[in-house]
Amino acid sequence: MIEAFPNALPLQGLLGGLLIGLASAMMLLGAGRIAGVSGITARATRLSGGDMSMTSAWGFLVGLPLGAAIIALSTEWRPAEYASWPVMVVAGLIVGIGTRMGSGCTSGHGVCGVSRFSQRSLIATSTFMITGIATVFILSRLGSPS
Amino acid sequence: MTLARLLIPPLVSGGLFGAGLTLSGMTDPARVRGFLDLFGDWDPTLAFVMAGAVLVMAVAWRIRARMPRPIFGEKFSLPDRTDLDPKLLTGSALFGVGWGIAGLCPGPAVASLALSPGAVLPFVGAMLAGMVLHALPQQRSFRRLFQGS
Repeated sequence: MIEAFPNALPLQGLLGGLLIGLASAMMLLGAGRIAGVSGITARATRLSGGDMSMTSAWGFLVGLPLGAAIIALSTEWRPAEYASWPVMVVAGLIVGIGTRMGSGCTSGHGVCGVSRFSQRSLIATSTFMITGIATVFILSRLGSPS
Repeated sequence: MTLARLLIPPLVSGGLFGAGLTLSGMTDPARVRGFLDLFGDWDPTLAFVMAGAVLVMAVAWRIRARMPRPIFGEKFSLPDRTDLDPKLLTGSALFGVGWGIAGLCPGPAVASLALSPGAVLPFVGAMLAGMVLHALPQQRSFRRLFQGS
């Protein structure tokens, strides 16, 4: 625990991050690909080209909820709270368009690209961090439900 | 290539990824928005997640540099673009807005289909719709419609 941030989970965060790194490393060294969730989703739904097989794309996407379920069942996991469905729809639409236009999201740019010191990914990651912070700042001033 | 070679490495990778996201609290929108709430009640957990993931991947990129080909594949298929274009900036800026509104990005959203399907399905459905919308102008039939040829 960090005294200044009583809600932070530094150990779980680091451990989860190592697992995410291991997952991405497995994709890179095993399959020779980037573990980018938005790109793989577009590939699985045939919205983008590329030479990744449907079997591999769907395998990765099905693995995500499977891994989540294993942790939820084996730890003291509590359900999270989400925004109302209309807000989720608006946010989802923006995320869908934005990640395709920007060629990646937190996994592809944020983890795989940044660790490779890719200039494009460093710029993409700084950009979505800044607009994410600005969005939360503005919404909190407006007193919106989080 | 056999089915197992195509399926198992991505499936295990996805599983580890989903486990990591859930263990670190990244499937909880409040925790993600807490990280983005830099000027409010800041929650640095996401920074630890990124640090852990980037650390492992930095080592993986070094190992990859010495590998002629991936363990289960014939060749590496990695992004090689180095140019900076307006789309990268506009797209990433948009993505950040959506991320800040819902506290969800694609990975945690898909992983959460096993945790709170009812709540995240509208997000995942809309995300796919957004991806379709983005792909539309590139379709030949759509272009023809507007070019009148």
